[in-house]
Amino acid sequence: MTMTQQAEPAVTRPPAPGPRATDGRTAQRPLVLRLLARPEVGVFLGAVAVFVFFLIAAPAVRQGSSMATVLYQSSTIGIMALPVALLMIGGEFDLSSGVAVVSSALTASMLSYQLSMNIWVGVVVALLVSLAIGAFNGWMVVRTGLPSFLVTLGTFLILQGVNLAVTKMITGNVATDDISNMDGFDQARALFASSFDIGGVQVKITVFYWLVFAALATWILLRTKYGNWIFAVGGNKDSARAVGVPVKFTKITLFMGVGLGAWFIGMHQLFSFNTVQSGEGVGQELIYIAAAVIGGCLLTGGYGSAIGPVFGAFMFGMVNQGIVYAGWNPDWFKAFLGVMLLGAVLINLWVSRTATRR
Amino acid sequence: MERSSRFRSRRIAPVIAVAAAAALTLAGCSSSSGGKKSEEGASNASAGKASTPRMTVALVTHQAPGDTFWDIVRKGAEAAAAKDNIKLVYSADPSAGNQANLVQNAIDQKVDGIAITLAKPDAMKAVVAKATAAKIPVVGLNSGLSDWKKLGLLEFFGQDETVTGEALGKRLNEEGSKRAVCVVQEQGNVGLTQRCDGVKKTFSGKLDTLYVNGTDMPSVQSTITAKLKQDKAIDYVVALGAPFALTSVQSVSDAGSKAKIATFDLNSQLTGAISKGTIQFAVDQQPYLQGYLAVDSLWLYKNNGNYSGGGEAPVLTGPAFVDKSNVESVAKFAAKGTR
Repeated sequence: MTMTQQAEPAVTRPPAPGPRATDGRTAQRPLVLRLLARPEVGVFLGAVAVFVFFLIAAPAVRQGSSMATVLYQSSTIGIMALPVALLMIGGEFDLSSGVAVVSSALTASMLSYQLSMNIWVGVVVALLVSLAIGAFNGWMVVRTGLPSFLVTLGTFLILQGVNLAVTKMITGNVATDDISNMDGFDQARALFASSFDIGGVQVKITVFYWLVFAALATWILLRTKYGNWIFAVGGNKDSARAVGVPVKFTKITLFMGVGLGAWFIGMHQLFSFNTVQSGEGVGQELIYIAAAVIGGCLLTGGYGSAIGPVFGAFMFGMVNQGIVYAGWNPDWFKAFLGVMLLGAVLINLWVSRTATRR
Repeated sequence: MERSSRFRSRRIAPVIAVAAAAALTLAGCSSSSGGKKSEEGASNASAGKASTPRMTVALVTHQAPGDTFWDIVRKGAEAAAAKDNIKLVYSADPSAGNQANLVQNAIDQKVDGIAITLAKPDAMKAVVAKATAAKIPVVGLNSGLSDWKKLGLLEFFGQDETVTGEALGKRLNEEGSKRAVCVVQEQGNVGLTQRCDGVKKTFSGKLDTLYVNGTDMPSVQSTITAKLKQDKAIDYVVALGAPFALTSVQSVSDAGSKAKIATFDLNSQLTGAISKGTIQFAVDQQPYLQGYLAVDSLWLYKNNGNYSGGGEAPVLTGPAFVDKSNVESVAKFAAKGTR
């Protein structure tokens, strides 16, 4: 809040569609092209294409309950893809996000169990731990100026080792104990891992959180000063600093945002499955990054949206489950997934090229 | 001076208040059920300790980090080491090349015996020959049933994955299953593929394979749900590991399916699910026994020249079926993480 005075006059606020639509020349261009120039439109068309494809190829997809399953899978990726996307727009990325989810769940589970505390104590401590991991990543990056690739690769390995070693040291096993009969579990489960009946279809609560968080992230990005700072530090750190954007604050809080997301998904996993295996989560960070990139965020920073990764995560969930619904030979599963994703990215690229060509 | 000290105390007061509040909150936050306190002080069986001279044994496996199964193998090995006055050196790497390096490392340490898994036998051939040349006895466990003799290992403890799969397939027939799905949590893992192939061999119904991403439980859950919705005729889900069987319980209810669940391998939660009836049965290859026997056998060989199977036949540790009829006797050991 103390940064308010320095930054207000410094950065011009972009209008709602996106940061690159402000260069004045876009006013004369047709509406369709202007629409296509938005970062999320390409992935939106890709998601629609994949959706329609599986509606035709896999009859099972047409049921409402199948869509609930697809949305559930998408939401657990999508909730993490949102802070990861914001971080990427801010010019950094986080390789430790996959195992950080598991670290958070392990912390909550072991703390509550070993001290025989109410579950909520563990949940709150896990939140602090997750935020601290994010703050550490951010602090290391801004303090040393090292690429976030190196810093977070380090954190990734540290967390992976700590997850395993500490779990084994404390529980004597490599998975945590069952906490489902402890005080507070049912409330926590209701908050993080329940489901709702909508027209006879069971929809997991994460789907709602996903949409709410996406709206929140969009609002932050497009309607707040902090959103401008994110675009500014991702676009050009030095010019951003020159015009008074608090670069360090912005980057550290973005990393902490990823920590917040990891905590949320970690809690969801803990309260859905009662125990956590310490070796899980490896490789998930790439899926979150993929969802953000497919969603139109640039790996180089400064460009992207929060709604794009929503479609990116949906596309990932749709392809993932669609292949199963279609009953295709599972030996080809990963290859199908890769082809589908590449295809989607190409559509994305083609759309944005068409849009920017006059 | 006075001002500053008053200032300080004013700043300390809220800190103390917060700390006190936190302590009170924590005290009021104790869970009345579950948790460590309610866990019974079940101690490990303590056998006597051998008075033979201390020896060193290396156990080198292809464990991936954080796998519950290998943790049980290791506990068995540690129990045998404690009893036999053995110093156990445990190391593991899922990549074959790295595993071979770890064996070389054990040879360099001049250990008195080596126990290895042969998940990728060809990669281990050269280093096993080196161990033999250095006159270090090598025994095999868990995987490598068809190769241990060729590589010149002294003896072998484990189960035949295919045979175990076949046993499970027969059991499915007895249960009256017509259509089952085999859930593979790691695409390309030879042992897991052999299990499914074994089931396929004896199962008279139709068996599908389903690959899931084992490092992401929500994804495992939704993928199994999707499969059950795609094929409503599936009446049995066959999981290849205990955590995945437990997750598929949720999938079955989400999909509104009537499918039952069977699995390979055990853990403490799974025994609970079997006694509740949410999971029908598990085939256990007794990983604790594999680790225990492998280490103990090296002690026997050094101190009395014995070797099981005479270098010709393996020692089978499975398949052992665990279902509602015998789960109670297994559950108390599983709770300690040793069965």
